[in-house]
Amino acid sequence: MNALSNVVSQLSSRSSAKTISPDEATTASPTKEEMSEEKQVKERVYLEVSNTSIEFPTKQGPFKALDDVNLKISRGEFITLIGHSGCGKSTVLNIIAGLLQATEGGVILEGREVDEPGPDRAVVFQNHSLFPWLTVYQNVELAVKQVFKGKKNKAEMVEWIEHNLELVHMSHALHKRPSEISGGMKQRVGIARALAMQPKVLLMDEPFGALDALTRAHLQDSLMEIQKETHNTVVMITHDVDEAVLLSDRIVMMTNGPAATIGEILEVELARPRNRVELADDSQYNHYRAEVLKFLYERQRKPDESAA
Amino acid sequence: MTHDQCTLPTRGGCPTSTKELVIMKAKIINFLETTGFSWSVPMVKLASGENPREQLQELFSLLGLPVIAVVVFLVMWSGMAVQVNTSLGQLPGPAQVWQQATTLYDEHVAEGEKEAAFYQRQEVRNAKKLAKNPDATVKIRSYTGKPTYFDQILTSLLTVFTGFLMATIIAIPIGVACGLSDRLYGAVSPLIQVFKPISPLAWLPIVTMVVSAVYVSDDPMFEKAFITSAITVMLCSLWPTLINTAVGVASIDHDLMNVGRVIRLHWTAQVFKVALPAALPMIFTGLRISLGIGWMVLIAAEMLAQNPGLGKFVWDEFQNGSSDSLGRIMVAVLTIGIIGFILDWMMVTLQKLFSHDPTASIR
Ligand SMILES: Nc1ncnc2c1ncn2[C@@H]1O[C@H](COP(=O)(O)OP(=O)(O)O)[C@@H](O)[C@H]1O
Ligand SMILES: [Mg+2]
Repeated sequence: MNALSNVVSQLSSRSSAKTISPDEATTASPTKEEMSEEKQVKERVYLEVSNTSIEFPTKQGPFKALDDVNLKISRGEFITLIGHSGCGKSTVLNIIAGLLQATEGGVILEGREVDEPGPDRAVVFQNHSLFPWLTVYQNVELAVKQVFKGKKNKAEMVEWIEHNLELVHMSHALHKRPSEISGGMKQRVGIARALAMQPKVLLMDEPFGALDALTRAHLQDSLMEIQKETHNTVVMITHDVDEAVLLSDRIVMMTNGPAATIGEILEVELARPRNRVELADDSQYNHYRAEVLKFLYERQRKPDESAA
Repeated sequence: MTHDQCTLPTRGGCPTSTKELVIMKAKIINFLETTGFSWSVPMVKLASGENPREQLQELFSLLGLPVIAVVVFLVMWSGMAVQVNTSLGQLPGPAQVWQQATTLYDEHVAEGEKEAAFYQRQEVRNAKKLAKNPDATVKIRSYTGKPTYFDQILTSLLTVFTGFLMATIIAIPIGVACGLSDRLYGAVSPLIQVFKPISPLAWLPIVTMVVSAVYVSDDPMFEKAFITSAITVMLCSLWPTLINTAVGVASIDHDLMNVGRVIRLHWTAQVFKVALPAALPMIFTGLRISLGIGWMVLIAAEMLAQNPGLGKFVWDEFQNGSSDSLGRIMVAVLTIGIIGFILDWMMVTLQKLFSHDPTASIR
């Protein structure tokens, strides 16, 4: 916990002490009860995106893509990020992954600031990103060998690789190349590779965006099944409202860029396991759906769309 | 389909199961297609009793049409050749060229016999000497006959592969480095652009002088002419591989590199396990162009550098000026073409083997 407060103070000093809220500053000596409450809150926060802004240097000068993004995620939570294309969803995800460096603020995972990529934040990319010269098995093996070097022996690694491919129902194609399997299967392998890293947070950038509706539904069901077993902390980007409501514990809706930030957060309190057919008639489900749609198409209508 | 009859696993049943045959056929066809013998695929299909009419049509378009084109070409060639009279006599037609080819082959065989006879004589002489005096030192001289046409071909191949290999060894690492670093590529790009279009004939004098100055040894392992030609080949065939490697590495899907970063691959692993394999298809495209250029350059270099090889053969025949010369030169020209074709075929096969997308058509 000490480390966290250190990082927080570091961060706040970097972002011109904006993080220190006024009541925090005025409370001279918090009572014991308040302390424990605060501690509880901090413990619940597993991953935190804190006061994060990013500027990309472009030929027309710096381009501020994100402005002051704040997000606290608990352990085991399934979060989806939704927003119009180009608003900065991938940028948020890449900052969490450590693939991009925030200009201001940063990311804290389990009380530690993260500023470089690592297997504790495994990424599933939109276009599967499997190595085409390796088989399904070898693609997962490459990651497992690298991540569990010296921690698992050979037999354990084989078992772990096969277990993860089993989870995504890909055991039948272990020795096929990516070019020999369908798009949906490739995405399954991509998910298996990420799960096999045993990440603290699973990051997915529109993982089903390039798939047809039926395949997408299959994969969503598989993902919910896996989630039931593994209870991963997941941050997933989507542009599909149904997908967001079906899968998420919370839906994070982003405003349009430039200088995009989080507009609203919607808690989805639907009981699990969720069944898409049953939910289709559920009034609560449809209410959540309507909320997201309203945000996207009324409050955050794209500028070019409103002009048209 | 007949292989449905074989689904029941009877103990001794179905020794030559049709299913196995079908798999074997698919394998044969796949092999023929990767190795560039797709024209023979209809024959395989025909042999396995697949719709004969369709396969015959296919065979005609894949094999029949090219044969007709060659025949037409030969007829036109012989028709036109008789109308051209040079100072060395009439321009040879296909028949005369074929005759020269057989002569060259006979000369090669005769030379081989001469060589065998030489060594045999030497052995007999030495044996006699040793019989007379067991302590006598016997000399073993190597045969120094004139290199035959086939020796020249071998020399040419050896030279081109030496130059090509040197070029590859230099070009791929530099190409990878350039592909990984935009700045480095920016820095060397002007040099590449300037050196790339230089003709081998321009390089040759410089290379010759440098080799003479630098490569001094009492007992040289290689002839100077050989080194000169090989280096000239290298200088010209460096660029396609270098540029293709750089472009191949630079255009790797960014997410593939990101996967490497997420699992924290060491940078050497990032190069050898991600960048190089990802760029391999492009690298082979470059290598194929390089070898083609190398082979073209070699003939010119051999002519001027007097490196024993096909180029020198052509030059010598040209200087020789006998009535057979034109025919022999034409044999050489055709040989150069056919070898170039075989080299390209080898590279295409490799290219197909290393391609990540089996459906891509490589020409
Ligand atoms: N490396 C970069 N350089 C400059 N601009 C960028 C870069 N990456 C993203 N952007 C810009 O940032 C904005 C957000 O991009 P992105 O996060 O990819 O959007 P989304 O994933 O929501 O579609 C876009 O306007 C995009 O043009
Ligand atoms: Mg995106």
